[in-house]
Amino acid sequence: MTAETGSTPAAQGGAERTAGARTDWARIARDGLWDNNVVLAQSLALCPLLAVTGTATNGLGLGLASLVVMVLSGVLVSAARGIITPQVRIPVFVLIIATLVTLVDLAMNAWLHDLHKVLGLFIPLIVTNCAILGRAEAFASRNRIAPAAFDGLMMGVGFTLVLVALGAVREAIGSGTLFANASLLLGDAMAFLEMTLIPDYRGFLLMILPPGGFLALGFLLAGQRLLKRLPLPKRRAGAAATMSN
Amino acid sequence: MNLPLFMRDRDGIGYQAGLLGAFTLVAAALLVSGDRITRGPIAEREAEDLLASLSEVIPATLHDNALLANSMTLPTADAPLIVYRALEGLEVTGVAFEVVGQGYAGPIRVLLGIDANGRVLGARVLAHAETPGLGDKIELARDDWILDFDGRSLADPEPARWAVKKDGGLFDQFSGATITPRAVVGAIKGGLETFAAHRDTLTASAVLQTQIDEQVTDGRGTAR
Repeated sequence: MTAETGSTPAAQGGAERTAGARTDWARIARDGLWDNNVVLAQSLALCPLLAVTGTATNGLGLGLASLVVMVLSGVLVSAARGIITPQVRIPVFVLIIATLVTLVDLAMNAWLHDLHKVLGLFIPLIVTNCAILGRAEAFASRNRIAPAAFDGLMMGVGFTLVLVALGAVREAIGSGTLFANASLLLGDAMAFLEMTLIPDYRGFLLMILPPGGFLALGFLLAGQRLLKRLPLPKRRAGAAATMSN
Repeated sequence: MNLPLFMRDRDGIGYQAGLLGAFTLVAAALLVSGDRITRGPIAEREAEDLLASLSEVIPATLHDNALLANSMTLPTADAPLIVYRALEGLEVTGVAFEVVGQGYAGPIRVLLGIDANGRVLGARVLAHAETPGLGDKIELARDDWILDFDGRSLADPEPARWAVKKDGGLFDQFSGATITPRAVVGAIKGGLETFAAHRDTLTASAVLQTQIDEQVTDGRGTAR
């Protein structure tokens, strides 16, 4: 499950460096949500993705936790980019990310305990989410704090959306429910999200188990590729060229 | 920045080592304070979890004490066993402790409540890693199978029938999963046997236990 960490962050497209003083915020947002999405475009972070997306709620929980780590690591890496030398940057980034993940883990255990019981096993896995290290290396270490935080936010939102989408598909087909136990994560106010799509459903075990995750992810990726092919009149010609993989 | 001389060269080993050291120091400080801040709340949450599980295997009508307050440690062959005791006044009306069965995918932890006469008050699975949809019917949230144990004792059914039906016993197995219920049945039977073996110690009146506790505490106090 650590095989994904093997891919070098440098391979993630070269367009992250914002040239000059002007920051293209819209560009960062589009990169994070779609063009350079952690999962859909970079195929990173598949280990936590496949592990937790048995339900939409679990996906949302891990997505939000990853998002927090991504924003904070972006800010810290960007703030320290002046003093970090290239020779020791990777251990320093790993240290920053590991510290943040541990703090998030402790905080969730203390204040979101019910969710932590469900996700607890997977929170430490955020460390192995090489998408975070990748953004630290490719974006945060080369940009000012505000764009780095925004990039972390957008990458995190993009990751969360994929997690929720995948979780929703697997949960709907596998258990016939949607957002089960959402109140554990979001409080009782959001209990209305919990839906039973198919009453008296016997369940379709395959979709809950890891193979179902691969199947659903395959369809999701295929769907995204199809959408990308559709001609978008407003898309700039250069946008497609930044896709590295 | 007035760095020491050996750290002024950014490409030198001194700067690199100092940088790593400084970041490690900051990270360690953050982790220590994070741990200090969350330790209390986490301990509270875990106590709440334990109490919630205990109240499911020991009915509230059976005791008037705080279950977490009246625990005792039973030395057994493998590891000391923490036993939570339900008291009515000073009489022990029931005990609860954890038993572990070896399931299909690792240990299955079951909390077992037993009354003073050796009957099962209730059993609940605390943690397991069994296959979703097959083995997880041992959870009360998925199936009421685990309620079959209520009221059972080592004499009911007789020891030979303390097994799943496939092994000639009394308890249902699940279609597609025999190892999981077999492990749970075995664990609960083992728990009842533990209780039977240590019954006198476990159900000794709480007065005696309090005295023992006090002696132990006094001993510690003087030792310091």
